[in-house]
Amino acid sequence: MNDSLKTGGSSKKRSFLTNPKVVPYVFVAPFIIFFLIIYLYPFISTILMSFQRIDGPGNAQFIGTDNYRKLFNRNFTQALATTFRYAFWDVVVLTIIPLIFAVILNSGSVKFPAFFKSLYFIPALTSTIVVGIVFRLAFGSLPTAPANRVLALFGRQPKDWLMFADTGNFVLILLTLWRWMGVNIIYYISGLQAIPVDLYEAARIDGASPVQEFFHISLPGIRPVLIYVITITVLGGFSMFTESVALWAQNNPGGVGRTIVGYMYLMGFYKSNMGMASAVGLVLLGLVLAVNMLQLLAMGFFRKED
Amino acid sequence: MKTSNRIGGRRRRTRSALATILMFITAVLLMIPFYFMFLSSLKPGTEMLRNGLSLTYDPGISSFRNYAALNTYRDGIYWHWYKSSLIIMVLQTVIGLAFSSMVGYGLAMYRFKGRNAVFTLVLILMMVPFEILLLPLYQMLIKVHLTDTYFGVVLPYLVPPFMIFFFRQYVLGLPKELLEAARIDGCSDYGVFFRIMVPNMIPAFGAMTILSCMNSWNNLLWPLIVLNTNEKFTIPIGMGTTITPYGNAFDVLMPGAVMAVVPIIIVYLFAQKTFIAGLTSGSVKG
Repeated sequence: MNDSLKTGGSSKKRSFLTNPKVVPYVFVAPFIIFFLIIYLYPFISTILMSFQRIDGPGNAQFIGTDNYRKLFNRNFTQALATTFRYAFWDVVVLTIIPLIFAVILNSGSVKFPAFFKSLYFIPALTSTIVVGIVFRLAFGSLPTAPANRVLALFGRQPKDWLMFADTGNFVLILLTLWRWMGVNIIYYISGLQAIPVDLYEAARIDGASPVQEFFHISLPGIRPVLIYVITITVLGGFSMFTESVALWAQNNPGGVGRTIVGYMYLMGFYKSNMGMASAVGLVLLGLVLAVNMLQLLAMGFFRKED
Repeated sequence: MKTSNRIGGRRRRTRSALATILMFITAVLLMIPFYFMFLSSLKPGTEMLRNGLSLTYDPGISSFRNYAALNTYRDGIYWHWYKSSLIIMVLQTVIGLAFSSMVGYGLAMYRFKGRNAVFTLVLILMMVPFEILLLPLYQMLIKVHLTDTYFGVVLPYLVPPFMIFFFRQYVLGLPKELLEAARIDGCSDYGVFFRIMVPNMIPAFGAMTILSCMNSWNNLLWPLIVLNTNEKFTIPIGMGTTITPYGNAFDVLMPGAVMAVVPIIIVYLFAQKTFIAGLTSGSVKG
């Protein structure tokens, strides 16, 4: 291909930048430069800092694994537990519920599917902080708060939703589901639409039920999309911060709802302990990569079939 | 035979009605927070403090007066936040789209040494929680004197890996003959990209524009770290400052929340067809 170009372009003035061997690199150059500055340099410096004690600029000394050992404290384990609980339910809820909706919307039995698709997407356009205010009030501690009124309808006592880890997590998941459901629905539908229709027709002739169709045709057919959705949901779940700020503000005393990133922010900016903050960040990176690797293995991402 | 068909038809119709009703109820549930937001924006803050949210409209105490309060609250600082959010959104989206479309195009159209390595790197970076790099990035900003600037806020989002991935997937679906034909006509490779490929990538640009605007408009942590002048705050940071342990400024919070949501929804309603089509066609296949 390159040879044809050489002859084709030889009549033109040829500079270094239009050399066919160079052209592809010009296109990817922004990424390479960006990678070096925005990812690689900070990454190396985080690793170094995580083994250092830093007292002001230019005053760092290596202290071995002290920062990591200090992570075994109540605040960090609490943040870890909060994050794990949230990430787990986040992945379960945001993988399954949008999938069900996508399958129904794509099945042809819903009227105005395009309308619902567009409508479900609207919450994703809002800012979490802004909408979080509404969720915070809806799940307020007053007996007149909307969520408590719903409880009252069922004869239940009002709850102080945001004061406890499990009910707080429920509100977080609800907020995330509300904002993100429509996005995942669109991803899934794009995958479902790529499945050839004759597969379904053949299955129907063989007398397959809709449930069988789902497990034998739809689910295998959208595997790449499913892998993508789970991967980004794991990442989003473990690095959640904004949702927690939206419901509890930045520096809540009890630490309810504080996530790993929240703890990192606390260490780095409130306590000015860059070394600890870096160690927290690297633990987070390790977690995300480990969980995603396990998930990709389980989903057969590395299988050499396609 | 006939009867079974009729029963099948009826069952299908029932299923269709049930499915549509389920979709409708979900749609209503999803819209409730917007309803709350709008209703509360019309009520005085004292009413919010006393009774919290309520689903009922009370004409006696509701008015658009709160919206005027946006102009006077702390000398109209809300509109400064608005302006910051807009500037950052436009900068981040325009530059981010330009760069990532180039890179995605390069990865999809050309075979060259190192291509797989670069693409693998893009995939790995999509899995890295970006938050962990914010502290060293902030120290870097201090060194180059970019703290408290808009450029500092957009810097880490200039070539987003997930956009590169999206554009690559999209360009893979375009016919390569476009490139060959244009080259024969004497067009340079860059000319091909700008004059022939970019117009063919418009649905992808549409989808990524909305996603980028969403991300930028909603971004909290990094702008919070970089910006420290009140007037330069973005809406999420600014709105955060009106929530304090000593009480929330509901008079500005709720109308401010509505004003922050409305423009992006209007843009979306106009562009949603292209947007959803672009997102669907370009996204994750294989």
